[in-house]
Amino acid sequence: MGDKFKSIEIYGLKKEKILKIYQDMLKIRYFENEITNIYLKAIMPGLAHLYIGEEAIAVGVCANLTKSDFSTSTHRGHGHLIAQGVDLKKMMAEVLGKATGYCKGKGGSMHIADFSKGILGANGIVGAGIPIATGSGYSAKVRGTDQVSVAFFGDAASNQGTFHESLNMAAAWKLPVIYVCENNLYGVSVDIRKVTNTKDLATRAFAYDIPGIVVNGNDVLEVYRVTKEAVELARGGGGPSLIECKTYRWKGHNVGDPGRVYRLEEERKEWIERCPIKTFRERLKKEKISSEKELNLIEEDTKKMIKEAVDFAIQSPYPDEMEAFEDLFVEEKGVGSR
Amino acid sequence: MKIKKITYSQALNEAIAEEMERDKNVILLGEDVGLFGGNFKVTAGLYEKYGEWRVRDVPISENSFTGLGLGAALTGLRPIVEIMYCDFLMLALDQIANQAAKIRYMSGGQSNVPLTIRTALGGGRSSAAQHSQSLQALVCHIPGLKVVVPSSAAEAKGLLKTAIRDDNPVVFFEHKMEYNKTYEVPDEEFTIPFGVANVLKVGKDITIVGTSNLALKALQAAEELTKEGINAEIIDPRTLVPLDRDTIIESVKKTGRLLIVDEGYERCGVAGEIAMSVLKDVFYYLNGPIERLTTANFPIPFSPALEFPLIPDKKKIYLKAKDMVLG
Repeated sequence: MGDKFKSIEIYGLKKEKILKIYQDMLKIRYFENEITNIYLKAIMPGLAHLYIGEEAIAVGVCANLTKSDFSTSTHRGHGHLIAQGVDLKKMMAEVLGKATGYCKGKGGSMHIADFSKGILGANGIVGAGIPIATGSGYSAKVRGTDQVSVAFFGDAASNQGTFHESLNMAAAWKLPVIYVCENNLYGVSVDIRKVTNTKDLATRAFAYDIPGIVVNGNDVLEVYRVTKEAVELARGGGGPSLIECKTYRWKGHNVGDPGRVYRLEEERKEWIERCPIKTFRERLKKEKISSEKELNLIEEDTKKMIKEAVDFAIQSPYPDEMEAFEDLFVEEKGVGSR
Repeated sequence: MKIKKITYSQALNEAIAEEMERDKNVILLGEDVGLFGGNFKVTAGLYEKYGEWRVRDVPISENSFTGLGLGAALTGLRPIVEIMYCDFLMLALDQIANQAAKIRYMSGGQSNVPLTIRTALGGGRSSAAQHSQSLQALVCHIPGLKVVVPSSAAEAKGLLKTAIRDDNPVVFFEHKMEYNKTYEVPDEEFTIPFGVANVLKVGKDITIVGTSNLALKALQAAEELTKEGINAEIIDPRTLVPLDRDTIIESVKKTGRLLIVDEGYERCGVAGEIAMSVLKDVFYYLNGPIERLTTANFPIPFSPALEFPLIPDKKKIYLKAKDMVLG
């Protein structure tokens, strides 16, 4: 294997990083597949929102971030966290509501956070992470660091006030924030095209005089490339960008929603054909960046990781019921309940 | 102790300035807080001294600039967000109630949230229904927020400094009728802890708990009550979350009567909550029912002829307390 191959040349990535990108997408896919299994076995409390089909966005974006950068995520947040290298065991344990989870079982799928990695949390309120990411960008400016912040959100969140208000402030003060809109076409069941006249949501950036970029959200290297430019702009003091990643949610809004009533099966099949992982795998082989054998090994290795995470989560204990009364306030116990 | 005479606004300004001087991570965000010096002139001079990054005029986007403050609080800063009128808290409630109040808890205690939200409550200025409310009960209802209702200028200063230093989200309610009043304030560094009520006057016949500036009005009413031979004990709870129940309970055990005065609406309000939270502990000591004096359950009307009858004042406290003791 040499350095001459196309993807490596165009994107300036070393083979090692390209394979990590592949594995990160696999981690997300396998993790989400396991969530489905666990849900069907009725051992998962509540629900989860699956990221299957959108893996290229989280991985392509986060491949540009350092450990000191910040991000906010959404209700469909597993991918964003996994792409930033969180502990899969603690993550799966949280999804199952176990004491060993990231949030000690208090957050669940929709609220996983890892502050040690600058991940300020998934969020159950559509659009609510956007101003929080904007504030972390503001904070970087005040503290004089070169940290950047990424706000992940969906197409539907771009119709929330927080989206417009935040872009306006970030643009006015040239904050180092990258707004990543994952346009998977549906807000729960509603087709974005039925409630919004704007064809490309990225054009909303022009209202705030900042760069707006449309990218194929199923092409991980393209997502990587456009994010790299946005991150460089932000780190260099050039302010925020809005990146719209066109993609598709293979599954329903959450586990348990077949996602069929409001969508055409043909549309779904078309997008499944454009699977970000399958197409990337083919490309790695075609460009001789990797071999069938090597990719198989990565896949086996990743499956093992996910299995370990699931086993860990299932074997972990539930929190003691007194845990419900911890962590309301710093250093004081139960004050708020008085 | 040296004393100086300054206004309530100046006292708040000093609290902010001192904390900004003490900690470079303290920043201020709000509408018109910059060159204009704040709608109630609380932030005058700070922009000139600390510059636009630490004293930021924000666009009229309450929910998102509150969220911006929250994001900054999660990443190393200690923001003070000014919401001009507490009526506007409604616009920022998602970031306050669903985000700031919950992030620490739902992340399993991973993060501190050193965010102070300053806002103004109270009627009396003919500001009508959308600029006169007292919405402290609204945020008290949400676990994860500390709620401060200072009375005098000195109280406001000491409590605001504590709020800014607190690692939890604090909603700090200033009374808009107090900003221009002059008070005696200690001329030295001081803070006032949360959760410790202030007994403004010791008495034996009735306990009157007054929130915000109603503690001061209750004190004035108590002077009138002495002429009737009634010796009232006046308590300023200072903070509603945490609430110093013990001081109230001990007082009522002694006096046998409790009147709670709060400018919020009566229904599901602070007064009813305080009453219920102490009732079990004081029940067998009571000489009569616990009473409350609040704002009637109506929007605040514009005309002074309509507004003042609706909200609590010194005279109403006097009459109510007198009736409770003498019957």
